Amino acid sequence: MNLDHNAGGRVRPEAAAAAIAWLQSDAANPSSVHRAGRRARAAVEEARDAVAALVGAQPAEVVFTSGGTEANNLAVLGAARAGAHVVSSAIEHASVLRALDAARTAGSEVTLLVPAHDGRITADQVEAALRDDTRLVSLGWANGEIGTVQPLGDIARRVRAYAAAAPILVHADAVQAAGLCAIDLAREPVDLLSLSGHKLGALTGVGALVVRDTVALAPRMLGGAHERERRAGTENVPGIVSFGVAARLAGSERAAWARAARLVRERLWAALERAAAPVVRHGANDGLPNTLAVSFPGTRGDALVIALDLQGVAASTGPACAAGAAEPSHVLRALGCDDATAAAAVRLSFGSDFTLDDAERAAAVIAACVGAARTARAARVGHAA
Amino acid sequence: MRPEEIAARVRAVAGQAGADALALPGHLAPGARVVAAMSGGVDSAVATALLRGAGCEVIGVSMRLGSAARRADGHTGCCSLDDFDDARRSAARLDVAHYVVDLRDVFQSKVIDPFTQTYLAGRTPNPCTLCNRDVKFDALWEYAATMQAAALGTGHYARILHETGQGYALHAARDPDKDQSYFLFTLGQVELARSLFPVGGLAKPVVRAIADALELPVANKPESQDICFVAGRSYADFVEQQSSAQQHRPGRIVDRSGEVLGTHDGVHRFTVGQRRGIGGGAAEPRYVTAIDARSGDVTVGGRAELAVAGFVVRDVRWTCAPHHGPAQVRLRHRHAPVACEVLAFAGGAEVRFAAPTGGVTPGQAAVWYDGDRVLGGGWIEERL
Repeated sequence: MNLDHNAGGRVRPEAAAAAIAWLQSDAANPSSVHRAGRRARAAVEEARDAVAALVGAQPAEVVFTSGGTEANNLAVLGAARAGAHVVSSAIEHASVLRALDAARTAGSEVTLLVPAHDGRITADQVEAALRDDTRLVSLGWANGEIGTVQPLGDIARRVRAYAAAAPILVHADAVQAAGLCAIDLAREPVDLLSLSGHKLGALTGVGALVVRDTVALAPRMLGGAHERERRAGTENVPGIVSFGVAARLAGSERAAWARAARLVRERLWAALERAAAPVVRHGANDGLPNTLAVSFPGTRGDALVIALDLQGVAASTGPACAAGAAEPSHVLRALGCDDATAAAAVRLSFGSDFTLDDAERAAAVIAACVGAARTARAARVGHAA
Repeated sequence: MRPEEIAARVRAVAGQAGADALALPGHLAPGARVVAAMSGGVDSAVATALLRGAGCEVIGVSMRLGSAARRADGHTGCCSLDDFDDARRSAARLDVAHYVVDLRDVFQSKVIDPFTQTYLAGRTPNPCTLCNRDVKFDALWEYAATMQAAALGTGHYARILHETGQGYALHAARDPDKDQSYFLFTLGQVELARSLFPVGGLAKPVVRAIADALELPVANKPESQDICFVAGRSYADFVEQQSSAQQHRPGRIVDRSGEVLGTHDGVHRFTVGQRRGIGGGAAEPRYVTAIDARSGDVTVGGRAELAVAGFVVRDVRWTCAPHHGPAQVRLRHRHAPVACEVLAFAGGAEVRFAAPTGGVTPGQAAVWYDGDRVLGGGWIEERL
């Protein structure tokens, strides 16, 4: 049972089939002028249409990248300017936070907003941080670790209304939100939007940055004139083809899947409250419908993740360190969660193949592991005393 | 590799000793789930192999205790990314699941901080024993118990013998050169019942031969000798990196009569019995005989002045039951045991030698033996 869907689920069969068909064709470089090249170019453009449609953008605004990390790097470092001010938050993905570190080193000034305890950032909070020299606001549409969804439309409109010396760009990292949240760039004044293919069921190694046509971005990858000179390098055609298929499916299934996911998540939560109490729920209740971040006091989340894996349940605490150990979530720490509760946290996230019955079964396995963990802790404390 | 294949190769290369190492204690059910602590070295890799060869369901776990980054001086110390890769590759070779757990917080507070504080207090710490007591057999055990494992196996060179009705006895390893029982004296009946030391009955060359026979990627990996987190540095330098200058206690170097022979930069640079760093020029070799962190005085004297009639230990732990009367005591790792008399009292003990004996270093562990068997031990508080 995969309860680590936010890290990436299975490749959707339709996306895999499209990629395999491409790999078995007389594939060529989409920049080539000959027939095989033109066919590759057509496949990339068809996928571009699908990705654009998923978020209400124009196809020409879609820049394919190697994934969400590159999209976030390109947005932050391509938009930040030395001497200019950037507003972001302390709970962003590492690919935004580390890019902000680099921007700071290069002479940008960075303000990291600290969200409320449930992870929410308000438009008022963002507006209060804006300055005359602010150049970029970069926020995650939804947080992959605790599931909190930000009011990105409200925030973007407030930023747009702010009278700064030069226009302020709004970047939304929608890697976790896409496919679950309604994203319509025809209505929301968002300038840059990051997407990841594999989070939608495409292959790994493909993503996109949507760059509104009014935005001039400094490219990070230098070379040929690919992607309208915004990202050099021959396109990952099979990845992009799979991304197009996954995006089209995600768009058509989004509303129904979000509704169903909410029911499954609440079933999982109710079962955990019943069988593994005490359990602390993180994030806002109206967050990503497929994500439930919880702490089981008296346990270590990384030990639970191992114990669950041995029972055939995949879960996570957050990103792994270089050595491969699960680490406590930097998001929970940024939200003021105490060390013991942060260390006792587990993130449960699922895909559309996870059913209500799976939720019940998973909760039973989790409860058993939590029980063993609490017994182990109690024995230790008793023995030491 | 399948368990039968492992067992066959172990028996082929190590004969009866290999067959003995593959035997599980009777209280462990066949197929029991066991966590193997894997450092990335050859001993723990072979221990893992022996447990799998014995039919256990083995889960390999490596502890991240220090920084995985290469240090500025190029030394990787312990817990390098290469060590985790080695453990992972050995586990993969053996078809054993492998995880890395992050215990840096526990290691810092239970091992590194006491190490630094002990040196600053003018004493000589014993971090390996603390790591065994508080990290491997306590914090790591919580992970193993969460995984519902029945036991924890390690690559320690020591043996646990079980005689019905008499509980579990901790014995020195078969290979006296490798014996690590000194570092394990804190293990009581509860810990001994759930611990496994599969290589404790094997000589080191046999362990290497088994690693070779199983084609483990770490078969020829060099030995780690130093304290893992200090590796490549002097202890004094490490203590200074871990503390502020205000915590250092400089002072005088004096002899027994109180005559001042010189000055020093901090008591943490000295250990009782040490010869280096106290100035030369004397007719006979001089040693540190006492360290007073309060005054900063480091007292030096001739070899005879190192000998004491006995000492007091605190925080005594017994592997089985409290012991009074004659025993042999080991005062440091690889020290030849000395005959003594143990007078236990609540929480501590007094130890008397038959004749004045040197090598009694405050802060170190004193471990009592009855022949090969570890009776218990404690921490040297003061010399008599």
